[in-house]
Amino acid sequence: MERSQRFVLDIHVNGEVRSVTIRVADTLLHILREQLGLTGAKPGCENGDCGACTVLVDGWPIKSCIMLAVEATGHEIITIEGLKDTPMQKAFLEKWAFQCGYCTPGFIMNCYALVRIHPDADDQVIQEWLGSNICRCTGYEEIQEAVKSVLAAQHPSNTRTS
Amino acid sequence: MIAFDFEYYKPTSIIEAVNVFQQLHLQGKEPIYYAGGTEIITWARRNDISMKAVIDIKAIPECNVLQFQNNTLVIGAVITLTHLAEANVFPLLSRAAGGAADHTARNKITVGGNISGRIIYREAVLPFLLANSQVVIAGPKGIKYVSIHHVFNKTLQVEKGEFLVQIITDQSYIGLPYVVMRKTKIQKVEYPLTTIAAIKRMGRIRTAFSGVCSFPFRSPEMEEDLNDRSVPLEVRVNRAISHVPAPLLNNVEGSAEYRKFVLTNTLTDTLEKLGEE
Ligand SMILES: Cc1cc2nc3c(=O)[nH]c(=O)nc-3n(C[C@H](O)[C@H](O)[C@H](O)COP(=O)(O)OP(=O)(O)OC[C@H]3O[C@@H](n4cnc5c(N)ncnc54)[C@H](O)[C@@H]3O)c2cc1C
Ligand code: FES
Ligand code: FES
Repeated sequence: MERSQRFVLDIHVNGEVRSVTIRVADTLLHILREQLGLTGAKPGCENGDCGACTVLVDGWPIKSCIMLAVEATGHEIITIEGLKDTPMQKAFLEKWAFQCGYCTPGFIMNCYALVRIHPDADDQVIQEWLGSNICRCTGYEEIQEAVKSVLAAQHPSNTRTS
Repeated sequence: MIAFDFEYYKPTSIIEAVNVFQQLHLQGKEPIYYAGGTEIITWARRNDISMKAVIDIKAIPECNVLQFQNNTLVIGAVITLTHLAEANVFPLLSRAAGGAADHTARNKITVGGNISGRIIYREAVLPFLLANSQVVIAGPKGIKYVSIHHVFNKTLQVEKGEFLVQIITDQSYIGLPYVVMRKTKIQKVEYPLTTIAAIKRMGRIRTAFSGVCSFPFRSPEMEEDLNDRSVPLEVRVNRAISHVPAPLLNNVEGSAEYRKFVLTNTLTDTLEKLGEE
């Protein structure tokens, strides 16, 4: 496959195929926000450090500021706009797992993937995954509570939240 | 945002990648191989690198291998650090590579990209230095199999147009006793003050370091000192540290003096964990 500096890309995002004209040098984050109007993924550091821009690529969390849009070819992208009333979103509300909310879409995408990929995640796994995102407002305790409550709901015998 | 434009190529075979590189090079496009892209994107955004074309090697089948073959473990260069940790076929590597960056970033960072990159830490190389692994390098002159020690000297020394395809490790190293200790200043997700990976093979300790100097390394002199059981552990550690191959790093993560303190304690702990006293 060869791409010159500008071209039309079909991008699979939130269950739809959308056509966008991009520069090869455009990050996925930039295209999601500026061309597709999907502003849920947030620009923070734009350097791979903060996790505010996290989206799912084939079910795995990826920081969209360190992925070129052209790399999305052949992959399924899900942004926060693609999640509707999921248990993780509800858990963030119920556990007060945010304040200003800027980091929240990135955290939710990461946590959503975590409970699907590791339904038996223990504290060590949860902390390892959550270490990818930075929040400037809340403590991380409430976010961990949200994750644990979803894990517990997935496994009714699990009592880790009590 | 990356301010300059470049072209993107995604070859599906080694030969195609090498040929595309040659053509682009002849056209003056200063191509670079592209794996996880995490370093390329972040450096390009800051204008610390420039290129007119990238060659994405993620669709090359040989670069995607992760399997045991003839008593060796073959790891393709584009296997991500998360994939290595999840598969856990080489626990020492899972631990050493699992310390780099953070979990989400490791979903994109490749083992070959980490070894080939310009970042000074490159923690994924440590296990391969300890295990005297072989690397497979492809380039205009064909494919070569060489010891990692021949091509890794502070950085991966490849010629123009060459790229790392695979790393091959003798299976006998997989189950050896090992220790990985990664010390950071404050948080877990930070560049290391020191990362030590160590194994014990046939009674001898081998050690490899990242974050100590401005490059990852393994030092025969240091290993001589560390294996000299005729003197107390403290003396072995102090002598080894006097043979660190370059000045200790002095940066925002920690001063050289503080690093020396951390290195001394961490190296002592490492040896004790491997049963030395
Ligand atoms: C937030 C963050 C934190 C990080 N923290 C750490 C850390 O603590 N420790 C650590 O070790 N690393 C760390 N890294 C990783 C490191 O900085 C690099 O970004 C990463 O190792 C590059 O891997 P990549 O696969 O993305 O390579 P790329 O960005 O694709 O390539 C990097 C370089 O290697 C070359 N290259 C890539 N693959 C090959 C190949 N197969 N053959 C020849 N040349 C090749 C490219 O041309 C380029 O010059 C961190 C990265 C991020 C984003
Ligand atoms: S904006 Fe992508 S990690 Fe910070
Ligand atoms: S809630 Fe404000 S940054 Fe996290």
